[in-house]
Amino acid sequence: MTIKEIQDSIVEEFSMFDDWMDRYAMLIEMGKECPIIDPQYRNDNYLINGCQSRVWLHAEKKDGKIYFTADSDAVITKGIINLLIKVFSGQTPADILAADMSFLDEIGLKEHLSPTRSNGLLSMVKQMMLYAEVMNG
Amino acid sequence: MNHFDINEIRKQFPVLDQQVYGKQLVYFDNAATTQKPLCVIERERDYYLHENCNIHRGVHYLSQMATEAYENARKTVAKFINARQAEEIVFTRGTTESLNLLATSLGQLLVNEGDKVVVSAMEHHSNMVPWQQMLMRTKGELLVIRMDKNGVLDLNHYEELLKQKPKIVSIAHISNTLGTVNPVKKMVAMAHKYGIPVIVDGAQSMAHQVIDVQDLDCDFYVFSGHKMYAPMGIGGLYGKMEWLEKMPPYQFGGEMVDKVSFEKTTFNKVPFKFEAGTPNVGAALGLETAVKFIQSIDRQEVEAYEDELLRYATEQLAGIEGIRFIGEAPKRNGLISFVIDGIHPYDLGTIIDKMGVAVRTGHHCAEPVMTFFGIPGTVRASFAMYNTKEEIDIFVKAVNKAAAMLR
Ligand SMILES: Cc1ncc(COP(=O)(O)O)c(C=O)c1O
Repeated sequence: MTIKEIQDSIVEEFSMFDDWMDRYAMLIEMGKECPIIDPQYRNDNYLINGCQSRVWLHAEKKDGKIYFTADSDAVITKGIINLLIKVFSGQTPADILAADMSFLDEIGLKEHLSPTRSNGLLSMVKQMMLYAEVMNG
Repeated sequence: MNHFDINEIRKQFPVLDQQVYGKQLVYFDNAATTQKPLCVIERERDYYLHENCNIHRGVHYLSQMATEAYENARKTVAKFINARQAEEIVFTRGTTESLNLLATSLGQLLVNEGDKVVVSAMEHHSNMVPWQQMLMRTKGELLVIRMDKNGVLDLNHYEELLKQKPKIVSIAHISNTLGTVNPVKKMVAMAHKYGIPVIVDGAQSMAHQVIDVQDLDCDFYVFSGHKMYAPMGIGGLYGKMEWLEKMPPYQFGGEMVDKVSFEKTTFNKVPFKFEAGTPNVGAALGLETAVKFIQSIDRQEVEAYEDELLRYATEQLAGIEGIRFIGEAPKRNGLISFVIDGIHPYDLGTIIDKMGVAVRTGHHCAEPVMTFFGIPGTVRASFAMYNTKEEIDIFVKAVNKAAAMLR
């Protein structure tokens, strides 16, 4: 699936819920399913700054595509990073760099997360983009 | 003086009467900042509507009125904490600025190369980092009073540290993470036996306890207006006159000078020596009104009411599976910190926020405290006189619901 297709399906999934509790329950579920980072990378070098709970993110390139793994000590944060992983993992650096992130607004994540958390979300996106930039070409 | 009447009190705080995410707001983040009563808001507004003027420098009517009002505010604050004279109150932006002033100015007066300063293990970063940074420059050492797992300071250890002849002791009156009320009067007396001056960080106590600086006999007492129903951007530093007179200025500029030439400047007298530049006059007047507001209600009744809130909240929370209170000192005030097994404080805070409950989560600007307890942070519910048991019920229900979601 392309990034756009994945984003659309996530938006559709989220739009089934009008209740915030269900949306968060879904994020929490996603947190529990996050592809977990290899323990050797769960260190300060892979820590993302700007998040109030800790998030570790690792990326590797295989056959021209980037695969992300992550972990966080907070499950909602883990849900958010997994959401981003679902969108970006297995895509090419060029596609990641070209991605439009407005789907975050559509699922109401950006506006419904507290400012500090939302900053964390932006830091996560930025970090993934950085990986894509470094691994491009 | 009026009896404490919760309904009358709540009417003074219109901000409480609102919905967030469609739920009635429960505001339990009072240790971060309290809400402001109407009288305070109106006082500051009135100042800008009718009285605004720069002070201490105009010959004209408005300036003289504003100067007088500002100096009266100083008197009111001085009386409130029983300072000997109004000049012992220096207006600052708040606790942080007061402590930076002291680290710089008192530091310059007392701390030489290799000297030591004592703080406690439960300090807010504001009462730790300024000392640490100053001591880095003087190649000195920060000595830290140990605490036990309940969040009670070890006074034997304190005595040991005093024997190392530190130059300054700076301790919190009430911990903003643990709620511990430290025995500051006793700790002041202990330090004075060694001739060491003591600074008390009163950020968390002014709104909740009657403060008598002469009774405590502390050398300095610092506080923030915004944590005691006053506007942001104003706070204070009480210092014994003997100290304030000896201390060098902290910032330089207008207001704080006496005579200025390019060769030499002499400085104004205390407290103006420490108030460089144009102060926040409107906020100072708001602070005065906040003090009068606190004084207008029977303080014993307020204290008893707040103690009961704390007791009730502790009792109600205790039933939650896996809860662990952080800070179980016998004498606590104003707040409860806790963690729940297997649940990150941020997750809990995020979920209960959606239920309208505002608490603080995280390390509360006291990372060393979190390290001590081996946790990433806590959930902190902190109370003010306008909170109610009904709100605590909503809060506890929200915590239970969130915990069920997050487990
Ligand atoms: C004990 C303590 N000290 C210092 C501060 C810093 O106060 P302010 O940010 O108002 O300067 C706080 C505020 O959280 C506090 O609780």
